[in-house]
Amino acid sequence: MPDPAKRELRILRYQPGVDAAPAFGTFWVENAENLSVLEALQSIKDTLDGSLAFRWSCRMAVCGSCGMMINGAPKLACSTLLRDLPPGPVTVEPLNNFPIERDLVISVGGFVKKIESIYPYIIPKEPRTIAQGPYLQTPAQLAAYESFSDCINCMLCYAACPQFGENPDFIGPGAMALLQRYNGDSRDAGRQKRLDAIHGEDGVWSCTAVGICSEVCPKSVDPANAVNQNKTNSAFDFFLRFLRKE
Amino acid sequence: MEIFEADVLIIGAGGAGLRAAIAATLADPSLTIALASKVLPMRSHTVAAEGGSAGVIQAHDSLENHFNDTVHGGDWLCEQDVVEYFVSQATPELIQLEHWGCPWSRKPDGEINVRAFGGMKIERTWFAADRSGFHILHTLFQTSTKYPQIKRFDEAFCLDLLVADGRAQGAVLLSPSTGAFTTILARSVILATGGAGRVFRQNTNGGIVTGDGMALAYRHGVPLRDMEFVQYHPTCMPGSGILFSEACRGEGGYLVNKDGYRYLQDYGLGPVTTTPRNKTMELGPRDRLSQAFWQEERKGRTLTTPNGESAVHLDLRHLGLAKLKERLPLIRGLAMEFMGIDPADTPIPVRPAVHYTMGGIITDIQTATPLAGLFAAGECSSVGIHGANRLGSNSLGELTVFGRVAGEQAVKFAKEAPAVVANKLVDQAKAAAAKAVALRDQKGGGERHSVLRKEMAATMERGCGIYRLGTEMQETCDKLAELKQRAKAITLDDHSDVWNTDWLAAIELGYQLDVAQAMAHSALERKESRGAHQRLDGFEKRDDDKYLAHSLAHYRGDGPPEISYGPVKITKSQPGTRAYGALGEQLEKDGTHA
Ligand SMILES: Cc1cc2nc3c(=O)[nH]c(=O)nc-3n(C[C@H](O)[C@H](O)[C@H](O)COP(=O)(O)OP(=O)(O)OC[C@H]3O[C@@H](n4cnc5c(N)ncnc54)[C@H](O)[C@@H]3O)c2cc1C
Ligand code: SF4
Ligand code: FES
Repeated sequence: MPDPAKRELRILRYQPGVDAAPAFGTFWVENAENLSVLEALQSIKDTLDGSLAFRWSCRMAVCGSCGMMINGAPKLACSTLLRDLPPGPVTVEPLNNFPIERDLVISVGGFVKKIESIYPYIIPKEPRTIAQGPYLQTPAQLAAYESFSDCINCMLCYAACPQFGENPDFIGPGAMALLQRYNGDSRDAGRQKRLDAIHGEDGVWSCTAVGICSEVCPKSVDPANAVNQNKTNSAFDFFLRFLRKE
Repeated sequence: MEIFEADVLIIGAGGAGLRAAIAATLADPSLTIALASKVLPMRSHTVAAEGGSAGVIQAHDSLENHFNDTVHGGDWLCEQDVVEYFVSQATPELIQLEHWGCPWSRKPDGEINVRAFGGMKIERTWFAADRSGFHILHTLFQTSTKYPQIKRFDEAFCLDLLVADGRAQGAVLLSPSTGAFTTILARSVILATGGAGRVFRQNTNGGIVTGDGMALAYRHGVPLRDMEFVQYHPTCMPGSGILFSEACRGEGGYLVNKDGYRYLQDYGLGPVTTTPRNKTMELGPRDRLSQAFWQEERKGRTLTTPNGESAVHLDLRHLGLAKLKERLPLIRGLAMEFMGIDPADTPIPVRPAVHYTMGGIITDIQTATPLAGLFAAGECSSVGIHGANRLGSNSLGELTVFGRVAGEQAVKFAKEAPAVVANKLVDQAKAAAAKAVALRDQKGGGERHSVLRKEMAATMERGCGIYRLGTEMQETCDKLAELKQRAKAITLDDHSDVWNTDWLAAIELGYQLDVAQAMAHSALERKESRGAHQRLDGFEKRDDDKYLAHSLAHYRGDGPPEISYGPVKITKSQPGTRAYGALGEQLEKDGTHA
């Protein structure tokens, strides 16, 4: 019988300028029954090898820092418990589809640029002063975009997306969810501007409707739904413009 | 070394830093605002705030009520003029966030909804389900991208402030992804680096909450005020310390001991009611609830979790699944993911954990520190609204109210300040970088910093816990002095440049030890009990004659900090009896306090 208190982690290591290519390193973690993968990595870093590099902060699945491939699937390390994984070695790798900067740390700059590119802020329908108080927004109006506003920018959906894997310029599911978050907001009038931003070949049309992005999302944001809604919007919009030109 | 010239530099891009950046750019769009954060802005720990942000909005509520609750909750150690300003600005700031898109929860008619919170007389906590901080942070971050004048330095770790001619004029940053240093020159600097809860073992804070800005200001001669006041939140996950928001109790949750008894009634918080009653039972303030837990533990009426921690039960079953899904989805998710418990049918084991630092970098009402050109806002600062105990949902409001003030004041200062003295500052930056590199490359088979960090957290928990003893606080002070010595001789496993997080953690440990010392020595010197600082060694009472005063910890290098005291600003509310539950209601009726 294997000892459940001891777990083997096989972690992809890579140090630029030193390692020719990424390679797995093996570590054994003691007292592992109740640990999350993040806690196991922390224990390795604290007691076995301080050079292991990974991002983390909140430990409660809300800051979006700790996305990685765990046994081949994109997951948050802090909310993945070792005891919930099948017995045997656990493999831990950096998120798929992103350049590795070191060990489990991938480049995030491209993703941040995508967020910035879709006008991620309210472009008000009717500007209001503070003295005029809050806009009214009914629970139903809130529900129209609320789930899209829950995206924690963890990028798990990008690691799962075959289209993004082929074309790193593809706007991708997380940024589309954010776009839909604002387009669906009753206070906003920026829809057209945002749709224009995703018309191009790297925009929404690149999606081949695999839907796996929604499956891996830890926050039930359903980015695939955002992508689909915008395909419809985008198509309709294109059609309208065509008509107007005539 | 790369040099970047800004007008205003903001260190920290959580709620306070982002609000400051937007305010600064709106105050003068022609200025360049540098905004540096050691993580991507949306990873900042504001993201974890769950319950909500206070601001008077109901017709039967008043600014005076919010003022009284806050001052009373802070055991009269608040700056009352600052509290008055704060409560008057909290609601306009919440409306501003609404205009920027924050998805506040609504009533059926589309108006803002509010919930009850501990120590608040009337419901005034605006919330976005139980992800309030998350939505505030993302709203501010996304809104900030509208302004190209805000030049972000994401994942840039601040090593030191640059100070010349008695004036803060920039900072030196280390980029984890390359190991390269950058000097930022600026005519004014805002610290918005958050709290320091990670100096304790069980805490609700993220790994990044290591008191960096507090330590930086402190080392440059700015006193840290009221550092002994550390808030224990009563309902956290045993072991990890992950928070179950006070909103659980605001929505009607019960706290029961191992016998299923609502024990708070034994600690002056009754009467027991089945539906939530403000400032009573589970809606008492955090210091009192954490103290009640400690007493129950001593009486043997707590349960023991599988990982050996004591706990009581947070019972949410009677709220029903629908309400849990609507109002507390994150809480339910945390219990299910991390503990395998669905709160709809099983009570959650909880215990107190360190949550919030009431004290911090001393500032005046305009967020200015005593060091010219240096401003501070958010949890790293002590502007004076929390006193000896912060009320839940007053901190998110603080971020926006004083973040805005800091942004505006820093712009004003920058426009009037003379040009920076580049040569001197660049030399300082080079020296700071060289010091950091020396730590990275230090040889000699010294200890791992993780060993010291664990010992620090354990001694802080023992000496600066919910109840305190002079002897134990002294032991903690001694231990911290020893750890500071040992920290000089550590050796890293990693001597490389790129993503050397071993190195960053070692630098953070240095910040943490300085902040921990300020906390422990301030605690030892305060020979009374007030708010979150409760002693059991002959100083069980509040002593207004001697200690209606702010403690000020002054940095003294290798030696222990020097503790002095400063006055408390009292305007409208004379110190009175701080009571909750039935007694509190009686006193309020009689007009005996506040
Ligand atoms: C779990 C939890 C729940 C809470 N819930 C509530 C609530 O419901 N209501 C409420 O009012 N309050 C709540 N609080 C308190 C409140 O959330 C915090 O006090 C507040 O968010 C702190 O915000 P901040 O902007 O000061 O700092 P943070 O959001 O912590 O941001 C600090 C910033 O400084 C940067 N930084 C730090 N050090 C450095 C460095 N060396 N170099 C560069 N950058 C640096 C970080 O990267 C980050 O960007 C809660 C706190 C916690 C922990
Ligand atoms: S949509 Fe989901 S998986 Fe994608 S970034 Fe957002 S939270 Fe993560
Ligand atoms: S550490 Fe924040 S999401 Fe995992």
